[in-house]
Amino acid sequence: MAQAQIPIDSQINGAHQHPEAWSWYHYFWYNTDHKVIGIQYLVFSFIFYLIAGVMALFLRAELYTPDSDLLDPNVYNTLLTNHGTMMIFFWIVPAAIGGFGNYLVPLMIGAKDMAFPNLNAISFWLNPVAALLMGVSLYFGGAQSGWTAYPPLSLITNNLGQSFWILSIVFVGTSSILGAINFLVTIFKMRTPSMKWDEMPLFCWAMIATSALALFSTPVLAIGLTLLLFDINFGTGFFRPEMGGDIVVYQHLFWFYSHPAVYLMILPIFGIMSEVISTHARKPIFGYKAIAYSSLAICVVGLFVWVHHMFTSGTPAWMRMFFTISTLIVAVPTGVKIFSWVATLWGGKIRLTSPLLFAVGLLAMFVFGGLSGVTLGTAPFDIHVHDTYYVVGHFHYVLFGGSVFGLYAAIYHWFPKMTGRMYNEPLGRVHFLLTFIGANMTFLPMHQLGMQGMPRRIAMYDPQFAGLNQLCTIGSMILGVSIIPFLINMIWSWGWGEQAPRNPWRSLTLEWQTTSPPAIENFDEEPILWAGPYDYGVDTQMEDDEETVEELLATVKSEVK
Amino acid sequence: MAKEKETVPGSLIALTIGLVVAVISFWYGQNNNLLPEQISEQAPLVDDLFTVMATIATALFLIVEGAIVYSLIRFRHRGEDETDSEPVKGNFPLEIFWTAIPAFIVIGLGIYSVEVYNQMGGFDTSGGPQMAHHQHHSVEIASLIDRDVSAPLIGQAGIEEAIEQAPKTRPDYGIGASPQDVNNPAEVVINVTGLQYAWLFNYPGDNITSGELHVPAGKDVQLNIEAKDVIHSFWLPQFRIKQDALPGQMSQLRFTATHTGTYPIVCAELCGAYHGAMRSQIIIHEPNEYEAWLTENRVATGTDQPTVAVNPQDLSDSDYLEPYAKEMGINADVLAQIQP
Amino acid sequence: MQGSTIDTATTNYNGAVVSETANESEHGDYRLLALIIFLASESLMFGGLFAAYLIYRGSAGAWPPEETEVEFLLPAINTVILISSSFVIHRGDVAIKNNNVGGMRLWYGLTALMGAIFLGGQVYEYLNLGYGLDKNVFSSCFYLMTGFHGLHVFVGILLMLGVLWRSRRPNHYNEAKHTGVEMTEIYWHFVDIIWIVLFGLLYVLTLL
Repeated sequence: MAQAQIPIDSQINGAHQHPEAWSWYHYFWYNTDHKVIGIQYLVFSFIFYLIAGVMALFLRAELYTPDSDLLDPNVYNTLLTNHGTMMIFFWIVPAAIGGFGNYLVPLMIGAKDMAFPNLNAISFWLNPVAALLMGVSLYFGGAQSGWTAYPPLSLITNNLGQSFWILSIVFVGTSSILGAINFLVTIFKMRTPSMKWDEMPLFCWAMIATSALALFSTPVLAIGLTLLLFDINFGTGFFRPEMGGDIVVYQHLFWFYSHPAVYLMILPIFGIMSEVISTHARKPIFGYKAIAYSSLAICVVGLFVWVHHMFTSGTPAWMRMFFTISTLIVAVPTGVKIFSWVATLWGGKIRLTSPLLFAVGLLAMFVFGGLSGVTLGTAPFDIHVHDTYYVVGHFHYVLFGGSVFGLYAAIYHWFPKMTGRMYNEPLGRVHFLLTFIGANMTFLPMHQLGMQGMPRRIAMYDPQFAGLNQLCTIGSMILGVSIIPFLINMIWSWGWGEQAPRNPWRSLTLEWQTTSPPAIENFDEEPILWAGPYDYGVDTQMEDDEETVEELLATVKSEVK
Repeated sequence: MAKEKETVPGSLIALTIGLVVAVISFWYGQNNNLLPEQISEQAPLVDDLFTVMATIATALFLIVEGAIVYSLIRFRHRGEDETDSEPVKGNFPLEIFWTAIPAFIVIGLGIYSVEVYNQMGGFDTSGGPQMAHHQHHSVEIASLIDRDVSAPLIGQAGIEEAIEQAPKTRPDYGIGASPQDVNNPAEVVINVTGLQYAWLFNYPGDNITSGELHVPAGKDVQLNIEAKDVIHSFWLPQFRIKQDALPGQMSQLRFTATHTGTYPIVCAELCGAYHGAMRSQIIIHEPNEYEAWLTENRVATGTDQPTVAVNPQDLSDSDYLEPYAKEMGINADVLAQIQP
Repeated sequence: MQGSTIDTATTNYNGAVVSETANESEHGDYRLLALIIFLASESLMFGGLFAAYLIYRGSAGAWPPEETEVEFLLPAINTVILISSSFVIHRGDVAIKNNNVGGMRLWYGLTALMGAIFLGGQVYEYLNLGYGLDKNVFSSCFYLMTGFHGLHVFVGILLMLGVLWRSRRPNHYNEAKHTGVEMTEIYWHFVDIIWIVLFGLLYVLTLL
């Protein structure tokens, strides 16, 4: 599959002046290197993961007893609002899209950097500004109306906190739109010339779908929140029924973004899954095209399912039925992906490394979350369980069991590449075990709670639910503890871990063909594709260790010259 | 893949696995005990839908998780083998199979859902063609008022009852009459108002306002739901029905209780700090007990004749709440309950 | 860091950057593509507003409600000015493609002036309507939609002024290298198209 290389046209304006390698302080300031930005995103978002995680532990501690005895109810609402907001807008979205997207996309397609490095840096630095605004919001008591911020509640509750919350989200949204433009242009225009569409790693396909969704849905959220901001502060009447406004309009604007936001959070993770599973199972991905196109299918169908969040709201019958059907249809492309990954595992030579364990944990939990998602998609059943703990259980299965497991898998998988050091395998497995047990113990009983009659977002509940809630709380504490081996592992390995070779997993995608960590402009010369991204076992010559890779590259290069 | 030994044929293994999965799935679908008691006529419909979905989901869950666990054990990396595995890149018929089967399942579920939703009465609220005619008998008014929000109620036939029974307009959203009951007005109509953090139930013909919902068993009950301040959500878990109470828009629920008893009413939409305490009860009486309850409370409130029709929208909040001042006991209760 | 190439960058309200860096020709076509993607995304922002507006209109009895009638004559004149400015800016684009920098400067200056007149007319209309944005949902929509569009017009004028400022350096733009000029033109057409829809929704539809 070797392709003739088009000689690179070196920089027209020449001289990119930069040091040989980045020092630690380069990571704390404006920097246009996509790898630096990727790591900035990851570390930034991980801090918020910890903050929002502690919030969740407080929420669960409050729910250990039926009475509201630990937290003031307003504080409880602040915590639940900001737990959701931060996990979505400051952890999963920036980590998956900003972090891994930025780090991996140029490397995977053999480019030196993103198409617009400055725009990229600006997109990142909008996030700290947003975080600052969120901090101001919290200083004033924080938003207390849930991450959905439904008016009229959001109009009458803690206006100052709510307003800064809105500004913060608008900044994150802007960052997301700018990032999405950058990804699309980079993937469309900057692939290494020899890379055809069907030789592109599946992560890049996932990023195309993700970016398209972000572009089409985020502006609608921005406008919805802007209208809310005006209603709160400038006396407009968009969501004030007494002025002719309509509260249901807000829900449409909000969910038109926020349902696709779910796919924003899972599509990049699906991309990561394909990379991790294929590499560690030493087997080509099963059904490359099916996986690539199902990302696009999820993207398209995902734009037309938002009303299933409003089945019990002001939604006429025809809409409830239309969106029941469209929602159920999303299950088909998602199922295709799941089955393809299982088929990839089947017959492989599976190495039970930490990334693979997390990927398989994701698969196991996502199947459950997907199936409960189908039940939620049907309006008649959703009417019963909407806004209950059933929903909380469901979305934590897909967002924690899905996205967070995927992020962990990705962190372990690309840790050697990013830091140039190996992580500690036994600690990684302990981390997986604790996370898997904790997650199931926390989120599985929630389904039953919801069906039995416990609504969500409450600080005080019917004492009959105390037993299951205590189980959830204990599970959440295990989840809290599970972070400790991870943190030790990351900090210790980053500083003092064993040096990583350039390709410890003997992976075939391009990012592994350069040094670990990669040089500042990624590749010494334009990389040449000599195999598809998942051609494991296709040609037995290829599977020797990394020396051969270099030799091969050298041979091919000399042939070309 | 040792072939020298004689093995059980693969088809036999597949058949056995299929049977076991089927048996477990059917058993779990029927016996999951996840849903609470069934008190309304809608509840069995919803539960049957859930049973079907739970059965299919259990089967799929077992198959997929089984394949994952089996792969992890059977195909794990062993010893010093550094070679890659067989490069199987796909299997087109298999991929078609696992695209088509879920597609059929979800389309089937979709059709089934529409049917259940119709049986529950979901299609009657928006005033379909059979509802569009305007020759009103006064009794039918409650369910036949023109749904146009802007149309003034004055000018409709049978004004008095209309205003009395449905203070605003015909609700657009929620669960209405089941197909057999279309065009039949509900036997009992109750106005429900959600406010932070209580439900108020107004029995229009009887001038009764209560903090608890009393309904007769076996009678067709319609609730006209609205909210005063923020969005609330009226949920009867044992009835499997829920509808948001929306400020500025009417919604409805219609049901027939099948048992007597006392069951919770829950607010399911975040409505403020004490959202969790916004709970009440529905008390289902035998019809004669219900009549007795009505009579007793009519006497207790001091008037036994219908009140003048009032459109709450014309009144300010305090005016509106004035008649209910004595009901503020509920709120005091709520507060007592939630403050340590 | 590419420190040497980070020079003046025009940032519009949204943080979108039209960066006229030295490597313009290298990435020229990328930037056009990026702008078009960005505008597609922007149009959904307006799309959300328009959809909300139509829902409000559909559920209201009288539209616009009592006491919040809108002008027609002045906005109509304004519309004519804005739409003709699209043709004027296109002349500028044609000029630069013929390497006529002077012509480009003339036409872009004229377009910026027309944009400014449009904004002036808009402000005049605001001052003479006699109601504020907190009157009812129609007035809220009216001010927010025209205001949001006005912001875009304002950004467009800034972009044109930026082009004029840069073009004072000889050979900054020529027939081969004029991405900034082209992007400004595309952006301006977008602003125009949005206005046509807005005019239909806010002025024509309220007359019916």
